[in-house]
Amino acid sequence: MRLKCPLCGDRDRREFYYSGTDDYLNRPAADAPLSAWDDHLHNRTNPAGLTRDLWYHEQGCAQWLAVTRNTITHEIMAVDLVAKERAK
Amino acid sequence: MPELIAKAALEQAPLTKAGVTLAAVEIGPITSVAVLPGGAKAVAKALKPLGLSFPAPNTWAAKGAARIVWTGRDQAFLMGVVPPTLDGVAVTDQSDGWAGLSLSGPGAEAALARLVALDLRAAAFPIGSAARVGLNHMSMVLLRVAEEAFEIYVFRSMARTAWHELAEVLDRLEARAALKA
Amino acid sequence: MRIDGKGIIDRTKPLHFRFDGREYPAFRGDTVASALLANGVRLVGRSFKYHRPRGILTAGSEEPNALVEVFGKTNQTPNVRATVQEVFNGLAARSQNRMGSLRFDLLAVNDLVSPFLSAGFYYKTFMWPRAFWEKLYEPLIRRAAGLGSLSGKHDEGTYEKAFAFCDLLVIGAGPAGLMAALVAARAGADVILADENPLLGGRLLSDGGMIGNEPAAIWVAGVEAELRSLPNVRIMTRTSVTGAYDGGTYGALERVGLHKSARSNLPRECFWRIVAGRAILASGAMERPIAFPMNDRPGVMMASAVRTYLNRYGVATGRRVVLFANNDAARALARDLMAAGVQVAAIIDPRPDASSLEDCPVHLGAEVVGTRGRHGLREITVRKGGDEFRIESDCLAMSGGWNPTLHLTCHLNGRPRWSDDLAAFVPMDAAVPGLVAVGAANGSMSTHGALTTGKAAAEAALKALGKKAAQVALPASEDAPYRITPLWAVEGKGRAWLDFANDVTTKDVRLAARENYASVEHMKRYTTQGMAPDQGKNSNVGALAVLADATGRSIPETGVTTFRPPFVPVSIASMGAGGKGAGFAPQRFLTSDQASRDRGAPMIEAGLWYRPSYFPKPGETTWREACDREVLMVRGAVGVADVSTLGKIDIQGRDAAKFLDFVYTNTFSTLPVGRVRYGLMLREDGHVLDDGTTARLGDTHFLMTTTTAAAGLVMRHLDFVHQAFCADWQVRFISVTEAWAQFAVAGPKARMLLNSLLEAPVDLPFMGVAPVQVGGVLGRLFRISFSGEEGYEIAVPTRYGETLFRDLLARAETTGGGPYGMEALNILRIEKGFITHAEIHGRVTAFDIGMEKMISARKDCIGKAAATRPGLLGPDREQLVGLKAGSAMTAGAHLFTPGETVERENDQGYVTSVGWSPVIGAWLGLGFLRDGRARHGQQVRLVDHLRGMDILCEVCDPVFHDPEGGKLRA
Repeated sequence: MRLKCPLCGDRDRREFYYSGTDDYLNRPAADAPLSAWDDHLHNRTNPAGLTRDLWYHEQGCAQWLAVTRNTITHEIMAVDLVAKERAK
Repeated sequence: MPELIAKAALEQAPLTKAGVTLAAVEIGPITSVAVLPGGAKAVAKALKPLGLSFPAPNTWAAKGAARIVWTGRDQAFLMGVVPPTLDGVAVTDQSDGWAGLSLSGPGAEAALARLVALDLRAAAFPIGSAARVGLNHMSMVLLRVAEEAFEIYVFRSMARTAWHELAEVLDRLEARAALKA
Repeated sequence: MRIDGKGIIDRTKPLHFRFDGREYPAFRGDTVASALLANGVRLVGRSFKYHRPRGILTAGSEEPNALVEVFGKTNQTPNVRATVQEVFNGLAARSQNRMGSLRFDLLAVNDLVSPFLSAGFYYKTFMWPRAFWEKLYEPLIRRAAGLGSLSGKHDEGTYEKAFAFCDLLVIGAGPAGLMAALVAARAGADVILADENPLLGGRLLSDGGMIGNEPAAIWVAGVEAELRSLPNVRIMTRTSVTGAYDGGTYGALERVGLHKSARSNLPRECFWRIVAGRAILASGAMERPIAFPMNDRPGVMMASAVRTYLNRYGVATGRRVVLFANNDAARALARDLMAAGVQVAAIIDPRPDASSLEDCPVHLGAEVVGTRGRHGLREITVRKGGDEFRIESDCLAMSGGWNPTLHLTCHLNGRPRWSDDLAAFVPMDAAVPGLVAVGAANGSMSTHGALTTGKAAAEAALKALGKKAAQVALPASEDAPYRITPLWAVEGKGRAWLDFANDVTTKDVRLAARENYASVEHMKRYTTQGMAPDQGKNSNVGALAVLADATGRSIPETGVTTFRPPFVPVSIASMGAGGKGAGFAPQRFLTSDQASRDRGAPMIEAGLWYRPSYFPKPGETTWREACDREVLMVRGAVGVADVSTLGKIDIQGRDAAKFLDFVYTNTFSTLPVGRVRYGLMLREDGHVLDDGTTARLGDTHFLMTTTTAAAGLVMRHLDFVHQAFCADWQVRFISVTEAWAQFAVAGPKARMLLNSLLEAPVDLPFMGVAPVQVGGVLGRLFRISFSGEEGYEIAVPTRYGETLFRDLLARAETTGGGPYGMEALNILRIEKGFITHAEIHGRVTAFDIGMEKMISARKDCIGKAAATRPGLLGPDREQLVGLKAGSAMTAGAHLFTPGETVERENDQGYVTSVGWSPVIGAWLGLGFLRDGRARHGQQVRLVDHLRGMDILCEVCDPVFHDPEGGKLRA
């Protein structure tokens, strides 16, 4: 498997650390109800098909990447820089 | 008063096998230059007297003894010179954090192919290219400095492992070459 | 036997090798199989289950029978295919899967009881009595089953792994692959051409023929010469492409040194990961056997293999050959044999309407229904209409047609498509993105078909790569139609083998169907068909045809089992190449490493680092003596330890303090410049991630330290928090762990030692930091302590680390101090109740370690909200406590309330760290105990079933030494 890092280019999957769903980007407000925190931390959909998850380019540029891919076909649709899309 | 003696990261003598020379590199000062949001203009201005500009991703450039190497998002290493005063950036001395090695000769690319999962063909990684990429299990900064020459920077504490793994690769390449002959 | 003038082996280079202890001659270019056949050796092994005599079936990597052990002085490789292994001088091989000699295998008795050994026999028989399984059945079965054996020693051979990148990967160097490579190479594309064989040419090496107006061999040589002259072409012979993976990645196994005697540093094999823009699968096709009664006798071979041995190796595999084939293509073998002077006793063709115009007897509408000959074929029985007659023969060449070698197209879940014309499965289009099958691999069976489709696929690939194809003329070549009438199994008396490697017969498959294992995947598992080293390459299609027949379904309805990588067996050693010994993980060495070793310190691994365990003195006989001395030395005088392994992160920017407030539970924006603060970091789920001290070096400049163990983890976490939640803040950070050598100097004489070293006397408050000059070098001095004594850490640029360490030791030793190692460091921190990752192991909260007050109420931080969840606070939690006992305790032991039974339901907690304290004069421990803070002074029962320990110990405050902290602040 290969990922096209927006900064480093096409790279072997060995360079990346897989973290899980991009739900982790959507941090509830500090005073949100605990149920919102439980959802944020633990409840996942495990889709067959499109998913967006977080990968860390550990042996490369140390950027967190949001990867849109299809879990059935393994097709990778997009690799986005988390820092770029989160900077206001 | 103690007498502190500076020790090199690697004390090995250069090694040539299978047409490839492995040697330690002393590059001089290394300074991390990390641009803070909005600081791009200021850093460009400060680099100008050195004849350098902030490098695009995956590239490096040199002017005289000074080099600037892309090492990450809005981050570069200034090598070989004492850094000028820089605004708009976080400046961190990295001189002692890295060990440099060079690999040169016609088989250099083939040697790296044993440890590096990166396309190093001249078209994909021409002279002036820089990459943050793995050297087997280690992280490194890899530079192509000539058609058949690369420089490798790894964490200083891992210098011996890097040397050892590259030397073993050369041993194998030499044995392969003997088979063909 | 050899036939003069035939073959492309090098008769000027005689070789010799040994098989089962006997020496045989061979020529360069021979495989073990061809050389054995040349020497008239037909019996080469015993079958897996029935121990039946077996000979060589094929001439390729799919060989199911001729598996041998190749052994040298230092290694022994089982299951080597004799059809692949090239002969070299001194090669030693032996047959396997026998008890006694190959000719008189004691386990051949299995064949006599075979009526009882049908599919599912083991499942059904060894169910009871249960106790017999481990003691009797399993050892017996293990002894009898299995294939080759290992030496039981470490494999000291060299293995290699490597990466390669290309525009076009061409898999297979037969006519289709050569044509594709030539077209792409002339267009300037980077081409890798990989083939299993040592020579290019594929079937052309065996079948000959004409290409253009020259013999095929001349054409091959011309193409090879041109390809080798081009810098953009890499030819990889002896290389099997083993798997297709995502993103245009292919695995390939190169046999680098297996065709030579072992020599130092020469890899035996290299496992390649090839990334290709496009790939062309030109892997040809594999001939399939016919399941007729007693078809497994040595001497029964694939027709294509007989032709390969004849034309490529100059070996006649028999004196009277019979051809049994259901297709026209196989007839060429009979003509080749006769032209070479080998007698063809008959052609048996089940098709009544096939041609009978050959220069030998042809029996149409006939089938082979039996064979005779104890250790090799002597005679066959033929049935034609209602008659049966016998033909004397020592080699039966069979051909049931050809299966395209399409395995790689199925590796990403593609399913092959059935072709009625070919009576075979052909690849599904686009099953692997970027991979196209051509030639026989795609069902184009003629040489013309191979050349045409190879050229077209290369042109299409070039277009996709954005390159312009050069003109390459298509030479004329054989384009005979491939006419076939399927014949899967022949009814008759006796067993008919489908899977030679795993001893599966047509009867077994029919039994599976009768017992309702009617799905092809169930049949496979019930009979073990396709599960041997050849992975069913010879038997899959035949077996499912028999299954289809038995269940009354069509072949496409029945479907195929899933083809998975690897295509050929791959040694684990090659996949894990370079990962043995020092190559397992990088070694990180401290600047003090040599100085510590000079003093005889045993080094222990701490993550990737090597740290001194203790520093033995003359007269000390155990580590404990050294450790006790070092602890008392720190408490009484001064000790020096290298603490450079702690993670150090340089954080700068106007928002640096705000960032620290966000990642730490406590507040750093209020920390004055020149001061250090202990910080606690949580994961977002409210559990403790790490702890450490952070110094404020300037208004917008901080230096964070992490634990050694979590340095990488913390960096990843900080990167995430920064990039995901505050990417626009004015903050940047970078690791400086490697840039500084840092040494702890601790004990009542620490300040005195430092004053002798530094250019200005030490004047630092507890938890202070300041720049210092040491020997003309600018360093940093921190007043922090992990020992509970007045403690400092002095940092200098790494290049000065070694001399500073040696200097510190020399000075310490003049005042009764010296170095201390990890063992003493551990005791010192346990005495003080300081935690490490033994305590903050990922399941504990700030509350558990008594630090919930460190979660600031005035600001948000990572993990704050989740830390308040019910269940993470309160008396039910296991809380950090100290433990004290008069005898040894163990980490990992569990705690129980005295008087309660020792069972899981009554578990009160566990022990995380222990050690003998020479200062307190007792065994001390840290652990977690339910409602532990309310239980100080009580006794708990400590039980460790693994080490046979069951003692009482006292629960106390975790801080045993200097609880008021007076020494720290002295």
